Amino acid sequence: MMTIETKKLRKVFGLIEAVKGVSFRVGQGEVLGFLGPNGAGKSTVMRMLTCFLTPTSGTATVDGHDILTDSMEARRLIGYLPESNPLYSDMTPMSFLRFIGEMRGLKGSALAKRIDSAIEICWLGDVRYQIIETLSKGYRRRVGLAQALLHDPSVLILDEPTDGLDPNQKHEVRGLIRDMASKKTTIISTHLLEEVEAICTRAIIIARGRIVADGTPTDLKQRSRYHGAVRLKVETDGRSVDENLLRALPGVESVEFSGVEGEKVALVTVFPQKGKNVAHEVALLAREQKWRIEEIGVEAGRLDEVFRDITTREEKRS
Amino acid sequence: MSRLYSVFKREFKGYFATPVAYVFIVIFLFLTGLFTFNVSRFYDPRDVGSVGQADLRAFFDWHPWLYLFLIPAVAMRLWAEERKSGTIELLLTLPVSAAQAIVGKFLAAWAFVGIALALTFPMVLTVLYLGEPDVGLIVAGYIGSFLMAGAYLAIGECVSALAKNQVVSFIVSVVICLLFVLSGFSVVQEFFQSWAPAWFTQAVSSMSFLTHFGSLEKGLVGAPSLVFFGSLIVGWLSACAVILEIKKAE
Repeated sequence: MMTIETKKLRKVFGLIEAVKGVSFRVGQGEVLGFLGPNGAGKSTVMRMLTCFLTPTSGTATVDGHDILTDSMEARRLIGYLPESNPLYSDMTPMSFLRFIGEMRGLKGSALAKRIDSAIEICWLGDVRYQIIETLSKGYRRRVGLAQALLHDPSVLILDEPTDGLDPNQKHEVRGLIRDMASKKTTIISTHLLEEVEAICTRAIIIARGRIVADGTPTDLKQRSRYHGAVRLKVETDGRSVDENLLRALPGVESVEFSGVEGEKVALVTVFPQKGKNVAHEVALLAREQKWRIEEIGVEAGRLDEVFRDITTREEKRS
Repeated sequence: MSRLYSVFKREFKGYFATPVAYVFIVIFLFLTGLFTFNVSRFYDPRDVGSVGQADLRAFFDWHPWLYLFLIPAVAMRLWAEERKSGTIELLLTLPVSAAQAIVGKFLAAWAFVGIALALTFPMVLTVLYLGEPDVGLIVAGYIGSFLMAGAYLAIGECVSALAKNQVVSFIVSVVICLLFVLSGFSVVQEFFQSWAPAWFTQAVSSMSFLTHFGSLEKGLVGAPSLVFFGSLIVGWLSACAVILEIKKAE
């Protein structure tokens, strides 16, 4: 089993404690999403895992290889895409990948095969002999990705892998990561909550150098106050929706009118008491009252709200 | 070892991927020619002072001074560029030790300077045509010049690891190299004599590039000078490794 385990990783830069004791464990097949505001310490943790930075205290193991005492072996297992996607811009994708491959100990036909495959996976066929400097941001990102995937690593650490890509490319890169995920241990960092929902099996939220939440995207969404809330879009047609009727329903905690579109439509959110499902009751009431319902749905919860809630609470605390 | 070679190859090709290599070689050859013929009056029969001797003293004597500016220009990019573009993170998270990367880069730069030096061969052909020079002396001069270039480069690489800015890297290495060139000069000696202990002044004077290059140039390919340049190279590259370890992420 390929696992990454960090034990109280800590990193101090001068007077600033960037990472304050981060411990977690990721196993094969998992795609761990690192979430957090800018400067939360996401990249610093990744840089320690990839042996670029030395932790001030604590350590981590990659498949049992300690990053401090057995760093070469740990590095061999990892494919890494650094945050700003640095590349040797005077090279072509072909010569760049050849260099990375050689540094990874690949040779001859094995190297050629891996380069071909990386170029195919990352759709670099058209530009393989073009100087990297002249490539668009999207293509450069793909070169960076190809570099990380080149040796078919069992651990993938990708710092903002879809940053700078257009929506189609984002979709494809996510597909790519998902397809490979089952055989690898993957850690990605991102600002994009949709990305977490799309590819991550687990999310860790970091704020101010600490892990403040750890769970599946579904778990995290359940922390949202919107989790289980019933949203209604009702045509008012002059008649108002009586919120007292909704409030009186069994299991309802509170009701919010979140807005009126063109004064003809009311947006109503009904919050249930903890653990209750009120969709059925709301629907029955709507039928009784002959409300003209345009939309009705139960919310799974909002990741962005949870994210904001947790990270701002953390900032206030410190 | 193969990783060291990969770094070497990439770095060496990197010089020729940009105009840097050609500009450097042209300037180096032009300046060596200019100083040798026009300033030192190499083999000039009209020059009364010239003894008309068939040797390359007039040519080699300029090397410490030319290297002083040209070699830091070659070395300044070695790490400063990696740091600036962020590729240092890419390079040092590959399974390669810092030592392999440092030595690989150093050897690439050294080989490049070696090529520039080798391209001065018409100078050798000229003296061979004009007279009967001591070939051993010429070989010794080339060995000395190449070794001295290595020492300059090692200083340049170490300073480059300190800086993110190539211009800063260039200027600082010129100044440090200048100290090594001048340390044999009396002005520097007097400066230290006034306050430093005698052994220190002695040590400073024995650190001079000029002294050691001079003895190699005279054909004295002896242990002291070889050890001097060799240990300078090893010392500065080791310092480079330490600096890189401390400062690589900044």
